[in-house]
Amino acid sequence: MVEKTKLVEMYQRMLQIRYFEEKVFELYGQNLVPGTIHLYAGEEAVAVGVCANLRRDDYITSTHRGHGHCIAKGADLGKTMAEILGKKTGYCKGKGGSMHIADFSLGMLGATAVVGAGIPIAAGAGLSIKLRGTDHVVACFFGEGASNQGTFHEGVNMAAIWRLPVVFVCENNLYAMGTRQSTVMTIENIADRAVAYGIPGVTVDGNDVLAVYEAASEAVNRARRGGGPTLIECKTYRQKGHSRFDPAAYRPKGEVEEWLKKDPVSRFKTKLIEMGVLAEKEDEKLRRDAVAAVEEAVKFAMESPFPEPEEALEDVYVEEESASEK
Amino acid sequence: MKETTVREALREALREEMKRDKTVFLLGEDIGRYWGGAFGVTKGLAEEFGDERVRDTPISESAIIGVSVGAAITGMRPVAEIMFGDLSALAMDQICNQAAKIRYMFGGQVTAPLVIRTPFGAGVNIASHHSQSLEAWFMHTPGLYVAVPSTPYDAKGLLKTAVRGANPVFFVEHKLLYPVKGMIPEEDYTVPFGVADVKREGADVTVFAALYMVHKALAAAEKLSKEGISAEVVDPRTLSPLDKSAIVKSVKKTGRMVIVTEDCKTGGVSAEIAAIIAEEALDYLDAPVKRVAEPDTPIPFSPPLEQFVIPDEKSIIKAVRETVH
Repeated sequence: MVEKTKLVEMYQRMLQIRYFEEKVFELYGQNLVPGTIHLYAGEEAVAVGVCANLRRDDYITSTHRGHGHCIAKGADLGKTMAEILGKKTGYCKGKGGSMHIADFSLGMLGATAVVGAGIPIAAGAGLSIKLRGTDHVVACFFGEGASNQGTFHEGVNMAAIWRLPVVFVCENNLYAMGTRQSTVMTIENIADRAVAYGIPGVTVDGNDVLAVYEAASEAVNRARRGGGPTLIECKTYRQKGHSRFDPAAYRPKGEVEEWLKKDPVSRFKTKLIEMGVLAEKEDEKLRRDAVAAVEEAVKFAMESPFPEPEEALEDVYVEEESASEK
Repeated sequence: MKETTVREALREALREEMKRDKTVFLLGEDIGRYWGGAFGVTKGLAEEFGDERVRDTPISESAIIGVSVGAAITGMRPVAEIMFGDLSALAMDQICNQAAKIRYMFGGQVTAPLVIRTPFGAGVNIASHHSQSLEAWFMHTPGLYVAVPSTPYDAKGLLKTAVRGANPVFFVEHKLLYPVKGMIPEEDYTVPFGVADVKREGADVTVFAALYMVHKALAAAEKLSKEGISAEVVDPRTLSPLDKSAIVKSVKKTGRMVIVTEDCKTGGVSAEIAAIIAEEALDYLDAPVKRVAEPDTPIPFSPPLEQFVIPDEKSIIKAVRETVH
């Protein structure tokens, strides 16, 4: 049984992600966000359910749809928003943007925008943990589309043969951009692929944060004890289109409405009220707090300067003194 | 000083760095107990350091590099071996999009101290998938360093610098160089990146060459000296960082330049070197720059075909004569 404070904390994180993403959507409508964005709204239960099992110094790898992973791992909202707006005060000093946010002080090894590329990198962090002999774990987020990449096969296999402490978290949101899962796979459950690597694979309702939490808890504990990797598939849905310019016309009529009924934030709220953990009044306060935190982040980001153009030349290499020739 | 081969020099560098630093470990296909690497560079290291630190991998080039990236950004110093340089194409995303960019993209938060060792080069009749010279791909990738040693001394010293450094290094080994002998110090030493080495001094023409081409250039220079032509052979030792000033300085002295590379001529290393001379030393040239390079073909199998496309002593001598006269 999850403690009450933990449940409320998880709910708070989900609210933060939801309001953060709504704000990002609003800001790009005002042309304040350069480039494109991939919103996490609708998938909050996955990042939060997984990260609630992680310690501050555990690792995660993330994807182009990564804002939610960052916030769930404890990222600073202001620095995240500033990065999305291309500001100097952002996590990556404006060099990464929405698709490349990292906070190494929180074990957030960064979001890669090459689909599936984070999978072997997560395995590498797992190997590093094993070689250094610590009890950390890595949670590796990726979508169902990424499970068709060679990196999935290579990375999961390596983690399996070396029994690395990695939890592979597949966010199955049914669409790889506009391509429906059924047109690119004959299987329904990505978790079935775990069999090929001889590791446990489970499919859970990715819009039920407690279901995700339970599955992740088992996988994280197994990984920490040296029991090797697990593949968790979370069935979920992105409530917006793939990216900024996507009206998502490829979705059949009624599908979005069906999934909105399964909204992970509302469901968790109902559940918490049923459990007697949350009252309407408290919920209102939590929501006000989340909105205020996001507003503060926006203020910080908006007031922050852009980087100086010449900063584009920095950070390509670590400047090193040449080792002198003897 | 002692005499050794490039293969042994590389192995010594790995052994000494693994002894010095517990975070250094090796991974690659068949680098462990049974083979010790396809070219025998890691032979004996698994016995000495154990299978955990000398790690045989599945045939998964992309994950070999991806795993190295993940380990490097979390406190380890992986040295990955890609069995043949051509196969680096299988890991291009992890090398060029991940390893090379991870520091920059994340605003300098992290370093990725990994080394990718791999053999390039033709000359042993193993055709198009095992013989290319692809240095230019990696020289063209900001965020990577590219080392191109030609002697046991440079191989050991540069590999140590690569392992100790904070940046990702693409470390090229030419497969014909492994048995080549030379002198190295008994004691610990390193060779800095970005410092070219004049392998032979001369007054009439600068010959730029790296890797195995250094030896062909030196042989050509020896023959040319008998006909009164004094050639200076400049070995960059690393293509990134590139010691432009040493190259420019030599050309300003000799007034002539022949660039010898084993990679394809178009868009290749030779094109970059020629462009640098055009930008920085044009007024010092007494003759047009000449390039001796692979003629834009894949590497063919049959010995006469392969020999035809790879620059040799004769083609270097011919180019130098044309430049000087």
